[in-house]
Amino acid sequence: MNKFVFVDCKTVDEALGQMSDGAIVKAGGIDLLDLMKDGIVTPPKLVNIRNISSLQGITAGKDGLHLGPLSTLSEIAAHPEIQKNYTALANAAGHAATPQVRNMATLGGNIMQRPRCWYFRSSEFDCKKKNGASDDCHAHTGENQYHAIMNNETCAMVHPSSTAVPLLAMNAQVELTSKRGKRTVAMSEFYVPPEKSLINETVVQPGELITGVFVPVPEPGTRSAYQKYGEKESFDWPLADAGVVLVMDGTHCRKAWIVLGVAAPTPIRSTAAEAVLTGKTIDEATARAAASAAMKDATPLSQNGFKTQLFQTAIYRTVLLAAGQMQPDPSAIG
Amino acid sequence: MADSPKTTFSRRGFLKGAGVTAATTVIESANALARETKDALHSDRAVGPGSVPVKLHINGHEYSVAIEPRYTLAETLRDNLGLTGTKVVCDRGSCSACTVWIDKTPALACMTLAIDVVGRQITTIEGLSHGDTMHQVQAAFVKHDAMQCGFCTPGMVMSCAALLDRNPNPKLADVKHAVSGNLCRCGTYPKVFAATLDVAQQRRQTAGLVALVTEREA
Repeated sequence: MNKFVFVDCKTVDEALGQMSDGAIVKAGGIDLLDLMKDGIVTPPKLVNIRNISSLQGITAGKDGLHLGPLSTLSEIAAHPEIQKNYTALANAAGHAATPQVRNMATLGGNIMQRPRCWYFRSSEFDCKKKNGASDDCHAHTGENQYHAIMNNETCAMVHPSSTAVPLLAMNAQVELTSKRGKRTVAMSEFYVPPEKSLINETVVQPGELITGVFVPVPEPGTRSAYQKYGEKESFDWPLADAGVVLVMDGTHCRKAWIVLGVAAPTPIRSTAAEAVLTGKTIDEATARAAASAAMKDATPLSQNGFKTQLFQTAIYRTVLLAAGQMQPDPSAIG
Repeated sequence: MADSPKTTFSRRGFLKGAGVTAATTVIESANALARETKDALHSDRAVGPGSVPVKLHINGHEYSVAIEPRYTLAETLRDNLGLTGTKVVCDRGSCSACTVWIDKTPALACMTLAIDVVGRQITTIEGLSHGDTMHQVQAAFVKHDAMQCGFCTPGMVMSCAALLDRNPNPKLADVKHAVSGNLCRCGTYPKVFAATLDVAQQRRQTAGLVALVTEREA
């Protein structure tokens, strides 16, 4: 790891004052230390926000769910109110990585993770995403079994955040604070796809800090679920994951949000799958039809065609789980 | 000097006095170090990139150590403090061999900066046993032969002991979940599960006996 200056901040203002000259913000530090150990980022200064108390804490009330960005994944997974009313979020946080990582990793850090792509994560490979000169996306011509199967023309990375999937499905909002003031960004606008920018992965600007994540109160009749599938049943990066939020009236689906995690370079909603379910009775047939619609426009690479099948399984089973018609899948990553 | 009291001088007294003086010096310098560390970490003054003096609370003891901000807790424990019970295997948070407790919660020493745990209570595998007496979980690992090469064992024990502290009646699924991040390439998992469930059983029996004795005495 490169040498760096370390500043432990106690307040947001103090942190904002330190975020200059190439400094990187550190919360749980899991993804950051990973990147630093591999020499992918070499910040001269770390701004430690881990001890800023105003960024901690979870409040669930009549106006919705307020999550301090320093809430750990363990805290989110264990929160009774989140388990009950924001089930998919508790599931996603509770199935990310390992128990030890969940005890350390924060919500803000989870949604700010850098992409998964072994070419991006290796200092041996040059690519435009790392400000490199090479025009090639090595994943297009190389090993790509874990890469994106949709929107992958420019760059085939995937975003690994589990929590971003239900947050997007629940219309969450992210509060960003800088010296200029605060602004709120919808989760649907938070990630920047590679065709818009290869460098900016999110709308977070230099000097901005995530100071809150807000999830609105679910409509009456809302049920949600999240499941992820990987090579192992214990901890693993997802190969396919689905977040489903349904507004139900008995078995009748009034509204549906279906979000896919590692299908594309950013978490994406499948409006095609949502359209199949909206206004219909949820059963095995409609769940299968939604899964199939979600993968209609998939453009798998040479080695990841299996992910289109795996995503259909993930969507089908998670729709039925959300609708209360299926038990949690024991073959999903627990 | 005629009225000066008679002084006695013994070897033991001298050593005791010298010891007190030396200890006082150590405490004074430790206090100065603590003030310095507190100031350095809690003001807007940045520390590093060179060595920074810090105090770490590990296994109930206070250690003064000079570290660069980039040192991980795992490196500091092993290389600076000689606490080599904590193992480093993947150094990327993927195997959990380096599991320690930070304020009683299992965490990864390899993905924690040592400077970030100033003021927190660290427990390592060395802190579980009492002298030569093994912790119950360690004893159960021996009894059930729950290790082969032993490299994952300290992390595995830390995960299982933390589970039993927060859940005295774990089911098999709870133990599996608790060690779901601890990789063992020798494949000792079934014995790890058996050892942990055995400790839970022992503790229930002990608790039952204590309750019985208390009841009879009452």
